[in-house]
Amino acid sequence: MEGFRIPLGEWVDDGLNWLLDNLEWFFTFLSNVIGALVDGLSTALIQTPIPVMIIVFALIAWLLRSWKLALGTALSFILIVGLDLWTPAMQTLALVLVAAIIAVLIAVPLGIWSARNDAVRAALKPVLDFMQTMPAFVYLIPAIMFFGIGVVPGIFATVIFALPPGVRLTELGIRGVDGETVEAAQAFGATPSQILRGVQLPLALPTIMAGINQLIMLALSMAVIAGMAGADGLGKMVVQGISSMDVPMGVESGLGIVLIAVFLDRCTAALAQPSPTSLLGLLEHVRQEKRKADAEEAASEASELVVAGPRRAPIA
Amino acid sequence: MSEIALEAHHLYKVFGRSPQHAVKRLKAGETRTDVLDAGTAAVIDASFTVNRGEIFVIMGLSGSGKSTIIRMLNGLHDITDGEVIVGGDDIAKAAPAALRKIRRERISMVFQHFALLPHRTVAANVAYPLELQGVGKAERLARAEEILSLVGLSGWGDKLPSELSGGMQQRVGIARALAADTEILLMDEAFSALDPLIRREMQEQLVELQSKLQKTIVFITHDLNEAMFLGDRIAVMRDGRIVQIGTPEDILTDPANDYVEQFVQDVDRARVLTAANVMEPARPVVPDTAGPRTALRQMRDAYMSATYVVGRDRRLVGIVTDRDAVKLVRKGGSSLSGILKPVPQTVDEDEVLMNLFIPSVESPLPLAVTDAEGRLVGVIPRVTLLAALGPGPGATGELTIPVQPMPTTEIDQILAEEVR
Repeated sequence: MEGFRIPLGEWVDDGLNWLLDNLEWFFTFLSNVIGALVDGLSTALIQTPIPVMIIVFALIAWLLRSWKLALGTALSFILIVGLDLWTPAMQTLALVLVAAIIAVLIAVPLGIWSARNDAVRAALKPVLDFMQTMPAFVYLIPAIMFFGIGVVPGIFATVIFALPPGVRLTELGIRGVDGETVEAAQAFGATPSQILRGVQLPLALPTIMAGINQLIMLALSMAVIAGMAGADGLGKMVVQGISSMDVPMGVESGLGIVLIAVFLDRCTAALAQPSPTSLLGLLEHVRQEKRKADAEEAASEASELVVAGPRRAPIA
Repeated sequence: MSEIALEAHHLYKVFGRSPQHAVKRLKAGETRTDVLDAGTAAVIDASFTVNRGEIFVIMGLSGSGKSTIIRMLNGLHDITDGEVIVGGDDIAKAAPAALRKIRRERISMVFQHFALLPHRTVAANVAYPLELQGVGKAERLARAEEILSLVGLSGWGDKLPSELSGGMQQRVGIARALAADTEILLMDEAFSALDPLIRREMQEQLVELQSKLQKTIVFITHDLNEAMFLGDRIAVMRDGRIVQIGTPEDILTDPANDYVEQFVQDVDRARVLTAANVMEPARPVVPDTAGPRTALRQMRDAYMSATYVVGRDRRLVGIVTDRDAVKLVRKGGSSLSGILKPVPQTVDEDEVLMNLFIPSVESPLPLAVTDAEGRLVGVIPRVTLLAALGPGPGATGELTIPVQPMPTTEIDQILAEEVR
């Protein structure tokens, strides 16, 4: 097999170069938009006074899950402040949120499409496998070629890596909706889009939310790799810790990532399964009680009317 | 408006690789197993018509193609060959948008496992077809509340389906189908997932609703008792083909082939057959103008101790016992009117056998069967009632009268001799 060598890498390189030559305006545009989004968000998070932000995070936790999580959230963020990691933590949060939002915007429609079309599903499956198993560092090379050093290639790699569970679980959720229920909607004359909006998406929501939760977790796990591409934040500090064998720095910034991960995971998991102990759950409960009370009041008024009505008037 | 609500002509449904090819071969006379290589034939050459306002039951075991047929009637399964005509339109040829319009306005459906939307309240579920029809929110919720009270669920509108029992959920399913206010109602094994007691209750409720609403209902079931109870007419299916279409009595007393005959063996005949199906000509019966001697002669010939007495229009006026008739003859009287006794028990000719047992036990004479005007149309001796419950079409035919016991005086005499 002397001389047998498939120059696959070079072909890919040629292809990427061609893209770079011909679509440079597009990459510049993307780079500017995404960069502005992350910068704007991280600036907003950093500029807001720290106590306000901690209260906001705690409120979000309470709103979605419970006062216990709110307390835990407040403590974690106070710990982050105590480790002097606030600014990099907010930068990482901004990066993860922007990457996750972009990934969700791509993953959910793709998942819906592949749930409704077997050909799309067959075509997507190997692509998703490829995206998920290819070592994430590899995405960084073309990403840096396209977008230069900074936060945008980090986001690019993160989106690609975090996309698959979002697509897969969206598809699984929609395909898992009871066939008879979909048939019922059809039998009453619903259009495909009415079935999607009124039946399939609402019923698949818990599974889709589980996919989004997974997607966010994967995005966070990419924070370090994004740091290698030059994105500011906790990931960059971890990379610096590794390169200078700085144990305190590595441990502290690693812990910061863990704390943010726990916060995001608990909050997004609660999105999939709304808990009755959350503020939202409590509000819903109060509203139901009120409705019930109203109904009873109306009923008792009605019965009083009957009692006091002319037909029932006591004969003097 | 014609009397026919829905027609199916030579329906075929083949799942598989080359359905059209399979249909061609089936039409050429090949059997279902012959064409397995081209596809699975679920429905083969099914033709039937459903009349306006009747409950048409399609009955068969699982795999007989009944669920496929009902899904072809509203286009949930596309039709491989043949046509389904609903109000002049062929479902097989309807474009998707036209088909949706037909489903919204003319055919609604009730499902075996209810298929309610779990994230919507009961009222919103019932209002769903109206929502698809484009009815405003306030109006459709008001209509939903009306229909919920029709099925006995008023006040449950705010609950989620998961908070209701199975029977109640299916009533929501029925209410949803009624809300669409379509003329045709398809019910796919609607009661099969319910407990036997609840099922019975739902069947009775459906019959009651039907008497009020007069919808055209196509009902699928694998339960022959259910088919017999609900169906105005029944189509029995086997291996994708319809083997017999007829009224419950037709199918019970005149099965088209061995398969149907075997099938009907297990039927609870007491709930299907009516008094009119099993009654015999009224035997000891005399007109009220006759004298006691005629009455006694009748009773002697029929081995009975009493006889029915009818008026000029065959209306039942009473009974006369042999003892009273004998006394009357000895007294030299000639008019029966003096010794008439009230009729102990009568039953309507439409009453099912189930409800005849107690009257039959309480009646000293063969049970009198009357029509709507109170005319005596026949009688049911107890043995006839018993025999009617057995299998076989001959059970309701002529019966031999049991041998009469010897007079007691003769037996006493023999016994007395033996002792001596």
